[in-house]
Order: sequence, then C-alpha cells, then structure tokens
Amino acid sequence: MNDLLIAGGIGVAFGWALERAGLGDPPKLAGQFYLRDFTVLKVMLSAMLTAMLGVFWGGRLGMLDPGALYVPETYLLPQLVGGLVFGLGFVLSGLCPGTSCVALASGRIEGAATMLGLFAGVLLVGVAFPAIEPFYRSTPHGALTLQRLTGLPYGVVVALVTVVAVSMLAWIAKREAAR
Amino acid sequence: MRPLRQYAEPHATGVCLGLVLLACFALTGQGLGASGAFASVASGVVVAVSPETAVHSAYFRSYLQDGSPWTAWLVVEIMGVLVGAAASAALAGRTRLTFVRAVRPSGGRLFAGVGGGMLMGVGAALARGCTSGLALSGGALLSVGAWIFMVALFLAGFLVAPLVRRLWP
Repeated sequence: MNDLLIAGGIGVAFGWALERAGLGDPPKLAGQFYLRDFTVLKVMLSAMLTAMLGVFWGGRLGMLDPGALYVPETYLLPQLVGGLVFGLGFVLSGLCPGTSCVALASGRIEGAATMLGLFAGVLLVGVAFPAIEPFYRSTPHGALTLQRLTGLPYGVVVALVTVVAVSMLAWIAKREAAR
Repeated sequence: MRPLRQYAEPHATGVCLGLVLLACFALTGQGLGASGAFASVASGVVVAVSPETAVHSAYFRSYLQDGSPWTAWLVVEIMGVLVGAAASAALAGRTRLTFVRAVRPSGGRLFAGVGGGMLMGVGAALARGCTSGLALSGGALLSVGAWIFMVALFLAGFLVAPLVRRLWP
C-alpha cells in the first residue's frame, strides 16, 4: 500500500514537471526535430545531469547506494532497433508515452490518439511475441554500464558525461542567442 | 484562439524533473517509467478477454506474474502523472479542451498520432523501456542500452523529420 502511495506521489510530481516544461504540447516536442524548439533536449539533459550527479554524490556522501539501484539491462540489437522505431513514432505523434498522458490531461485529444496507438503497439508485440522472442532476447549484455564498458572509474565517466551534456546545453544557448 | 500561458524555464524544470527522478531512485531503488504502464494494462485486458493468448506470450506473462496488472507500480505512477499534469495545466490556465472547442487538430495529425503511438509501443516493447524508463532513468545510471536507445531515437527522429514536415508546419 505504502508503495502505491509513493507511486502516486512520484507520478503527480512527474506529470506536474512535464506539464510545466511544456512537454504535453505536440508541436513543441516535434519542433525539437526541426531545430525550432530545444525544450526537449534542455529538459532531458538537465534532468539526466541532475539525477546522475545526485546518485553519484549521494553515493559518495553515503546517502544512498548507487550499487543497489536497478540498472536497465542492455540488449544491444533490440534496443538499437527499438530506438529507431521509437524515434520514428516520436516524430509522427509529437509525443512520447509519458507526455501523451500529459497531453491528454491538459485537454489535448492528440494525447488520447497517441495513447490508443501505444496500447495497440504493445498489444501487437505481446500477441506476436512467440515469433519475435528470439530477437527480443538476442545480444544480451546484462546490467552493462558505461564505466564497466570503458573500464574507467565511475567518477570519471560522470565527469565526462557532465562535460558533454553541459557543452551541448551551452551550444544550444549560443545558437539561440545568435538568432 | 487565446494564446497559451508561457511555460516554465526548461533548464530549471529539467532540474526539478531530475530531483523527482532522484527521489524515485532513493525511495524505490528504480527509476520513472511510462511505457510499462501501457504494457501492464494491455496484459490485464488480454488476460481478461482471452486468457489463452496471455498464457502463450511470455511478454504478457511477465506483466501478470506480480499480482494484478491494474495496480502495478507504473500504472499507479501514470495515474499520478495524469492527475499532476491536469492540475498543473488547470492552475496555469493552459488546459485546452480540444474535445469541445474549435482548436481541434487535423484528422491527419490524429491519424499520425495513432500510428506514431503504435510505432513507439513496438519500439518501447523491444527496447524494454521508453524515453522515461530507459532513456532518462537508465541514462542517469549510465546504462549502455539506455544510451544506445537514446542515440537511436534522436537519430531516427532527425532523419525522418524532413519527410513528415507537412505534419508540423
């Protein structure tokens, strides 16, 4: 029960933040792919940096154990192909699964259309699963992280990702200032 | 049409979103998600309509093994997202009732929305996550698969965008 209260509370905060940023607005999200509106990248990079640095420093200061967190497992080919298919769908609908709910909640029928499609998509995979299961389970690499892949210390990878992400944000800011 | 109220500053909002994700890591040991909620509900529907189909698919079974799919953690989280986003939009005066008003999107865009949703459903199912569960949450934990998914997603998006320009004038 307590778990579900946390789920609901985290969800409310998640939905609130996505709506505040304008991520329930399909033309705004699609604008990212035409380099007209960089909100998607700005929000994603800032959020990712905050959580990554929070987990790292939280671990250093003994406030949480990064090793105990669930790291999504790597399946090279399914995730590569899944990402390509997903990106195609993202441009078509101007929404992703989370933001389709935000769009619906802010009164946009596009949100409902995308949610309907999402149901159909996962249903399709579920029904066709016996046929695609070998591909789904192919190229497994377990809970592979960038630090395990490169052999670099956790702190160095965090620092490198920070430099790349901050450079991207700075490039975006410079580009916007120039216009 | 009344112009929409301005949205919040994206970097600051991104930091807030990151703090929500961090709280989620600290409280539950795992990240946020969205596509998993759709998979749970789809599995719940399938097992109710045709239990045989559910039994034959390891995909549906995986969403049915830990109790009722209707009260799965991610389903409750997504209900929270609906409530939080609705409250935020209403309080900021940004709720657009396209159901009733004449600001309805074109039929073509709705069709593209359904089609795009389907592709994302397939993509997220193959990749075991979407922008929230895999790209953002996994990215923050430096999962290699999460970064591959994120790069592939944006690559496909940028490559396909010029072909569907008509959708987003």
